[in-house]
Amino acid sequence: MNQPILSLRNVSFGYSPHQPILRDVNLDLRAGRIAAILGANGAGKTTLLSLALGWLSPWQGEVWLMGAPLRKWSSRERSRRMALVPQGEHTPFDYTVIEYVLLGRAPYLSPLGMPTAADVEIARQALEQVGIAALASRPLPQLSSGEHQLMLMARALAQIASPALPSEEASARLLLLDEPTAHLDLRNKARLIAIMRGLRELGVTLLMTSHEPDVALALADDVLLVEKGVPPQFGAAEEVFTAEALSRLYQLPIRLVDVDGRKRVFWT
Amino acid sequence: MSQRQALLLLLVLLVAVAVFSALVGRYPAPGWIAPARIADDELAQRLIFNLRLPRLLTALLLGMTLAAAGVVLQLLFGNPLVEPGFLGVSQGAAFGAAFAIIFLGGAGLITRLSAAFFALLGLGFSYLLARRLRFGGWLLRLILAGIAVSALFSAGLGLLKYLADPLTQLPEITFWLLGGLASITWPRLLGVLPFALLGLLVVFLYRWRLNLLALNEQTSFSLGVAPGRERWLLIFAAVLPTAALISVSGMIGWVGLIVPHIARRLFRTDTRYSLPAAMLIGGIFTVLCDDLARTLFAGEIPLGILTSLFGALIFLALMSLQQPRLRR
Repeated sequence: MNQPILSLRNVSFGYSPHQPILRDVNLDLRAGRIAAILGANGAGKTTLLSLALGWLSPWQGEVWLMGAPLRKWSSRERSRRMALVPQGEHTPFDYTVIEYVLLGRAPYLSPLGMPTAADVEIARQALEQVGIAALASRPLPQLSSGEHQLMLMARALAQIASPALPSEEASARLLLLDEPTAHLDLRNKARLIAIMRGLRELGVTLLMTSHEPDVALALADDVLLVEKGVPPQFGAAEEVFTAEALSRLYQLPIRLVDVDGRKRVFWT
Repeated sequence: MSQRQALLLLLVLLVAVAVFSALVGRYPAPGWIAPARIADDELAQRLIFNLRLPRLLTALLLGMTLAAAGVVLQLLFGNPLVEPGFLGVSQGAAFGAAFAIIFLGGAGLITRLSAAFFALLGLGFSYLLARRLRFGGWLLRLILAGIAVSALFSAGLGLLKYLADPLTQLPEITFWLLGGLASITWPRLLGVLPFALLGLLVVFLYRWRLNLLALNEQTSFSLGVAPGRERWLLIFAAVLPTAALISVSGMIGWVGLIVPHIARRLFRTDTRYSLPAAMLIGGIFTVLCDDLARTLFAGEIPLGILTSLFGALIFLALMSLQQPRLRR
């Protein structure tokens, strides 16, 4: 069980030739841990998430999912184990919340299949889990951005909820979250942080990008700092998440201060 | 009423409209043939079987196909303004028909084959061009390619119209562009039937998973959708039968744009319901319009004019009314 859920080995990637934006990324994410990717705007955080998803293929290096190269996974098996919570995904069509969350059951259905009552039940539980069960039949355009984000979370939860997986793999699920707390008010932010902690308790592994060192500090066991021109640094939060590293990352004097036994980020 | 019941109701309505349409016409007098009379009127039997039935079935297939293709493409492109012909298909067919009328003698079969050929050529061009463009996402590339190909064909069509003999060829081109089913016979219907049925079947069986393709590409990838492959399968399943039917009907505007809106308005977006609903509504709508086209006056009214007129009116009425709701 010590095999990492997700590993990146010497991964490099760029969008245009000869201009890599990520160089030599190494990362080992073990089961039941939360890792945060921190970096300035444009440093490649979201790109890294797309590489972890397999949506982008690295120029060099390899992404490993549960001991096998990611590119060897069938899309169905991969999508049962790894789900994405994208940032601000919008559609011009007026699906209801439950219909949208049900889309998360796609990896379990044949191409011509329809969701069953059991799938609807799983979708309902996922909505319950993020606390918006009451919104099930609300059309998407009527949601606040906070509710929308929680709904995307619910879809990902419905996607990795799989009673069919063998029990030793029960904890082998991975959530990729792109800026999960962006655009959320304090209350929803606290709610989402609590949900993510709850998932960690269940053994789910989470990899998130964040603009907010505070959120990362509150959640992350591991941290990856993505800086321009420097090989990214990955390690346990206590080691990597230092005032010096943050100051360099954001090029801003930053202090970490203990408040009531918890570290807080301050800047001037 | 639940969505399921509403679909059933639409199906019953479709059958009723089809039976009604087989009986209505201008023989023996404008109006309708009493069913009792058919048994001993041999002319009525032949009229219904040889003329009205193939025409009725073509109108039905045409409406179902255009509406289904509209639903598929609007979702796939995340754009409620897309219509089935936009990937170079409609303009390609129009160019092909005009080309045949001017240079190939304009016989019916040649014109239809030429229209179908250029419609598919339009689709093929759009596809290849989209693959060659080197910027933007998949959707943007395909839309741009479709616009470019349509523009090329419509420029070509303009040139052909300019070259056409204004007394003989131009009216023929115009008539083809307005669309109609007056010349439909069994062999013509049977020629396009396999394409239409195959496309409709694929799209219908895919009706739930179609929802996934409405999501952005990365998200649908994360949900296990094969990038590219499933999209192209659905695009071809939607556009191929459209090209085939346009080749026998000419341009039939607005069905593919407006019927999907009506279906979504009544059944919400979930394609599990809105797709079959659009097929049924499209069928009913086109058959009724064609009834009017052939019975209203002694001469034929081009079907394309009626579908545009009534499509727009129904659309406006629906959009200004309170949204009706169906339960799941």
